[in-house]
Amino acid sequence: MSINTLAASIIDGLLIGFVYGIAAMGLTLIWGVMEVINLSHGALIALGMFGALLAVQSFGLYPYLAFILVAAFGLVLGIIVYSIAIHRILDAPDLTTLLSTFAVSMIIIGAGTAAFTTSPRNIEFSLGSVNVGSSIILGTKVVAAIIAIITTVLLYLFLYRTRTGKSIRAVANNRAAAELMGIPSTKILALSFGIGTLLAMGSGALIATLFPFTILSGSTYELKSFVIGVLGGLGNPAGSLVGGLILGFIEGLIPNFMDTSWTPVIEFALFVLILLVKPQGLFGSEE
Amino acid sequence: MKRVFTSPFLWLGVAFFVVLAAWPMATNDPTLREDLFLILMFITMALSLNIILGFTGYVNFGHIVFFGLGGYMGIYVMSILHWGLFTAMLVGGISASVLAFILGAIILRLRGAYFALATIGINEMMLAFVSNFKPFGSGIGLSLDFGVYKAYGGAGKALWLSFILLAIAALLAFIITFVLKKSKFGLGLMVIREDEDAAMVMGIPTPTFKNLAYTLSAFLPGVVGVLYFFKNGNIEPGEAFNLEMSIEVLVMIMLGGFGTVSGPVIGAALYEEIRSWLIVNPLLQSMHLVVAGILLLAIILFVPIGVVGWIRQRLPLVRRYLE
Amino acid sequence: MRKLLFVLLVVVMVVPLAACGGKATPTKAPVATKAPVATKAPAPAVKTLTIGFTASETGKYNVESTGQELGLKLWAKRVNGAGGLKLNDGNTYKIALKSYDDESKKERVQQLYTRLINDDKVDLLVSPYSSGLTDAAAVIAEQYKKIMVTTGAASDATYKKGYAHVFQLYTPASRYLTSVLDLLKAKDPSAKKVAIVYEKSKFATAVAVGAKAYAEKNGFNVVMYEGYDSGTSDFGPFINKIAANKPDAIIGGGHYQDGSTFSKQLYEKKVPVKLVGILVAPSSPKFAELGDAAVGITAPAQWAAGANYSPETAKAAGFEWFGPSSGEIIKAFAGAGVKEPSYQAVGGYAAGLILEKALLTAGSPEVAKVKKALEDMKIMIFYGSYNVDTSAGAHGLQIAHDMVVIQWQKVSGKLQKVIVWPEAAKTHSAIYPLR
Repeated sequence: MSINTLAASIIDGLLIGFVYGIAAMGLTLIWGVMEVINLSHGALIALGMFGALLAVQSFGLYPYLAFILVAAFGLVLGIIVYSIAIHRILDAPDLTTLLSTFAVSMIIIGAGTAAFTTSPRNIEFSLGSVNVGSSIILGTKVVAAIIAIITTVLLYLFLYRTRTGKSIRAVANNRAAAELMGIPSTKILALSFGIGTLLAMGSGALIATLFPFTILSGSTYELKSFVIGVLGGLGNPAGSLVGGLILGFIEGLIPNFMDTSWTPVIEFALFVLILLVKPQGLFGSEE
Repeated sequence: MKRVFTSPFLWLGVAFFVVLAAWPMATNDPTLREDLFLILMFITMALSLNIILGFTGYVNFGHIVFFGLGGYMGIYVMSILHWGLFTAMLVGGISASVLAFILGAIILRLRGAYFALATIGINEMMLAFVSNFKPFGSGIGLSLDFGVYKAYGGAGKALWLSFILLAIAALLAFIITFVLKKSKFGLGLMVIREDEDAAMVMGIPTPTFKNLAYTLSAFLPGVVGVLYFFKNGNIEPGEAFNLEMSIEVLVMIMLGGFGTVSGPVIGAALYEEIRSWLIVNPLLQSMHLVVAGILLLAIILFVPIGVVGWIRQRLPLVRRYLE
Repeated sequence: MRKLLFVLLVVVMVVPLAACGGKATPTKAPVATKAPVATKAPAPAVKTLTIGFTASETGKYNVESTGQELGLKLWAKRVNGAGGLKLNDGNTYKIALKSYDDESKKERVQQLYTRLINDDKVDLLVSPYSSGLTDAAAVIAEQYKKIMVTTGAASDATYKKGYAHVFQLYTPASRYLTSVLDLLKAKDPSAKKVAIVYEKSKFATAVAVGAKAYAEKNGFNVVMYEGYDSGTSDFGPFINKIAANKPDAIIGGGHYQDGSTFSKQLYEKKVPVKLVGILVAPSSPKFAELGDAAVGITAPAQWAAGANYSPETAKAAGFEWFGPSSGEIIKAFAGAGVKEPSYQAVGGYAAGLILEKALLTAGSPEVAKVKKALEDMKIMIFYGSYNVDTSAGAHGLQIAHDMVVIQWQKVSGKLQKVIVWPEAAKTHSAIYPLR
């Protein structure tokens, strides 16, 4: 394997890593704040993809404008989902929230299949490409990476610099104590779930500019988000981005040394391993 | 122990399974047999999952791993080594248990959602691994020649045989679950479910108990996997390690009643019933996944203890008869 | 009091039992099809012939399978519209179809085929869609010695398991990509380097195995032979690896999602390759959404609109011609509101035609006679030729039917699927080399 191919593959891997990172951010935020593993995450990503498709194909919107609209819609949807499916059972055993979010996923996938069937769709959109050495880098991927970085920075500023963001972190740390301090925890939790959904649907809209997709496409990103969650730690946007980059790096590296179909075996083995060794994530702090 | 075997509930349950198995045979109705085959398969899966999920409180999304691995091992020894069905069943069950024992030693240290996630990871890892594993036919999988059924008196008889064997497996799952619930070991598991740290303080060897429960819960799915894929004549990775089916079994347990003995049985039957109703209903047909999702959500939000739990709560007098 | 409780308990235990038994009733209702005419024909010589199958009204095969079902329905409509099938046994048979929803799930298939045979007493069977589901159905068909014509089931393995009553319509998986290689050879004898890359699924792996053997036998140099995971979302690094091997042609693929992603990224990465042949995905009309990335992508297809199989081509190939022309079929589909029928949908119609011809030859619906007819038949229909292997090791395997190769081209500015291979059937010349 030549050094050129290796370099090109690692660049490709890192670029897609940014996308994995933003796709996982919503999942890890919700997980970190309310200890709910959102099994509807993948379905929400797929919903974001179709939201972008509708906006672009039916209303002729520019794809990145569609991204903003879809994300805004995600915020509202997330708050609704929280108040119906999550709030009542927040303190119930893990199984309960896992299944309730799974039920939400069934509803979204079912409605999506009825509306769009399972045929593949694509948004035809290109920003050209640049040659760097022997590798070709797509404009859309670079923009996606930039958007991922901006989103991470904005989310970080929101969580660490604004009053609401600090409240979210307080609720994540200790809900009872936060309530005693006068933080309206229900509102904060609903908002957190809304932001998580915003991130999920937004990342779906972003992915839709890169690859063809079906209503079932979200599940791949959901599984990867679990891996990123344990790689990068919970509730920390920068951690997710780094986790995504690590995953992308691995995906760029593996095909150079073995059959590419071994990639998921190695990814999930790594996932289980990290869970065992350091369940707070590689960059997570000790509880 | 004596009191366990004089329980009217146990004998009613045994009678239930015997009737269920004898019914299609008495009426010589292969269609009913096929319907019941699926129900009995789900009952066995749900009952065995309930040991680790309902009694011990560990959320296992990867129960299907044992079904898939057992199926693969069984079909492998039948198609490549030409072993008989009974040996294959044993191989399937034992290899599933061995896998569970090894996995259990590693991942049962994780608690709550972390354990649940690890089981998802392991299922996906197995799926990807078997898709690459040449002896198991990689992506194509393994298949049985139509000729193998000859040893059991032709395909017709072989299907009856696998049905009877499955009914026995289901009955076994039921008896094991009941005896477990009444045993000291089972009590220990339930203490772990309620408060694992307290269990340790009380002197329960929690790692051993958990791992035993996990190993036990894996055996019958392995056997059922062999029967199911023997009946189908072939096995592929996507079907053997189907996460969706794993979750369906979880839903059945929730429906019937978490941690009860009859809950998984009633849940599995009820689930099948609701599903077939949804699928043939012309109005709901295209939206059946949506309706199923709404139903599941409603159950979780409003009746989280399941049908059996609800009955036991409302009618305390029935408790003795409905475990 | 205890007695009362006991009664209550029995009730509780019997409820699910009754539910299980009662379960038989709901799914019993036919999902979509019913005998349209059977009751209206009181004449003693007119009998009803029931053909049973399952269709995936829900689940992942929904699109292809319901298309296939429509094809069968249109065929039955034509036969019944012409007054039914008049056979040599003196009876006229009206066709009735009976089907259930298999939800694209294997565990349903055996249950439903058992019901079709035992409860609905169907005379003949047609397979579900997909190799996996058909494999499960074949066990039941063979067990009851019922004839089953398979459509939408390409995997070779099904026909090598010792079945005597299962007959294939499709070109088997092992020959799916061979016509793409033939096209390459005809276009450019100097193009020798082929990369075979495939999804790690049952169907795609079977296709890849067959393509590799054929390529090596025909003097191609397989520079890369590698599978990828079904969930692959980004092919970037994989495509770099392919490009590093400098192949003349890239063939393979798997299903819709991966096939379309792979095609799009090959275009974006400007991989210098002369021919690209991808399974399944390009045959979907939605493939046109890829825009420029779709241009030049070729795909094998069991059939395509414009394939000009006719009494003349049949004669030239030494086959007997049977049934209506492609034009008539397309018209029938248009009448049902389908403008561009897929090869899967049209395959349903073709399966009906094969059964029709076999019945006519056999002269009665007796299983032994129909079986003999299906074994001896050597015909060409609008879908292509039909002739099966009758050796014990591969009974029922299709050996005559050939794939056409379609290519996405811009015809007067509009993206279109056109036939570029075989010579006899092509409507346009292939774009070659691609880049």
